Amino acid sequence: MLSKLWKAILFVGIALVFTGAFLWSSLKEGLGDFTRVLYFHVPVAWITVVFFFMAAYYSYRYLRTKDILFDAYAKISNELGILFAIMATITGSIWAKVIWHSFWNWDPRETSIFILLLIYGAYFSLRSAIEQEDRRARLAAVYSLLAFVTVPFFIFIVPRIYFSLHPDPVINPQGKINLDVKQRIIFFSSLFFQTILFLWIFIVRKTQVKLQMYLREYKETKLLEEK
Amino acid sequence: MKQTWLIFVKDIQQEFKTRYAINAILLFAVVTLSAVSFAIGTFTAGNQVLSALFWVILFFSSMSGLSHIFIREEESQTADTLKLVASPMHIYLGKFLFNLILLFALEIILVPLFIAVMNFKLGNFPLFLLTLFIGSFGMAGGGTMVAAIISKASSKGALFTVLAFPIILPVMITGISATKKATETTPIASAQNELQALFAFGVIIITASILLFDYVWNE
Repeated sequence: MLSKLWKAILFVGIALVFTGAFLWSSLKEGLGDFTRVLYFHVPVAWITVVFFFMAAYYSYRYLRTKDILFDAYAKISNELGILFAIMATITGSIWAKVIWHSFWNWDPRETSIFILLLIYGAYFSLRSAIEQEDRRARLAAVYSLLAFVTVPFFIFIVPRIYFSLHPDPVINPQGKINLDVKQRIIFFSSLFFQTILFLWIFIVRKTQVKLQMYLREYKETKLLEEK
Repeated sequence: MKQTWLIFVKDIQQEFKTRYAINAILLFAVVTLSAVSFAIGTFTAGNQVLSALFWVILFFSSMSGLSHIFIREEESQTADTLKLVASPMHIYLGKFLFNLILLFALEIILVPLFIAVMNFKLGNFPLFLLTLFIGSFGMAGGGTMVAAIISKASSKGALFTVLAFPIILPVMITGISATKKATETTPIASAQNELQALFAFGVIIITASILLFDYVWNE
């Protein structure tokens, strides 16, 4: 019942965010219509980072408990993370084409999202290379945590060394938000509803993986009984 | 400490019997350098391009040798014995030390060759050496850890570069930036940000590796 209510809220919310972003929002000086990418690009990028943190968290839990379920959660966090990372790259790249006149020019922000994609790619190629289940889970978890340690360098240090053209992040060093009231309302509701959407996808996947595990265990015990 | 040293000495002795890693890494560096030099031909590339090229050669040649240290243990099936006689932290540190020395050997050969062949002008040579020295710790630390992961995976070697690249990239990015500064006659303090970043990266990656190595090594 509650989940149905949430689904309804999510549906109406996302529909309102889209309409608001295209029809109601005020535009920024100098950016014109291209302001609107803000409502889609920034939440998606934010969710990518959240997934990355979740993958590291579940990897840590796996190493601690050796429960194969946590490995499965880390894997689906990474799967969804790669999906959102691609969306963030595409929306950002289209915006860059319009504003900077090139799809890709190795701005520090572009570099960091690219590294994130590379890490995801390496993670899955490592997984595919190992056949034993527990060994795969353990090595993938270690790699995930090792990558997690290096990411702060791309977020905090590389932009300090190289000059970035990327507009100030919403939460910038001065602690100010450069948005007017209308933009703020749409931006934060977009962030809110997209976060709920991502949590929903994650929970559905999580339940699915859990059920698969139970089913497999059930089948295995049944086979043993037959013997 | 003693265990670390003993493992390091063992690896050095083993290396001198076959000289596989050192040959692979040095020849790879020479081959890449000549390929790059041939491609550039008579043009004189700018210092910006040259500092990036230097790090690319350094990165890929080190990738050809760093993974050998753990794969050797798996291939000769001595890993289990090693597990019995030493604790994981000392094994990691011993192997790290070996890879560090291997990297220094590579740099000793590569730097004079690169300067001579590519006509690379360095305004501030001490800064360049300092960058290489600090950067090597991060590269060897990350490389040794990824090598340990790879040696436990079934398809050995081929994946190493793919896995190591995102981990070691901070060293490359900051190293290139510091090397660009070293081509001009600037004081060392001008590259303070880069050197701090390289140092911090080395410390963090080695600490994380020591903490995580236990999970890779013991099944």
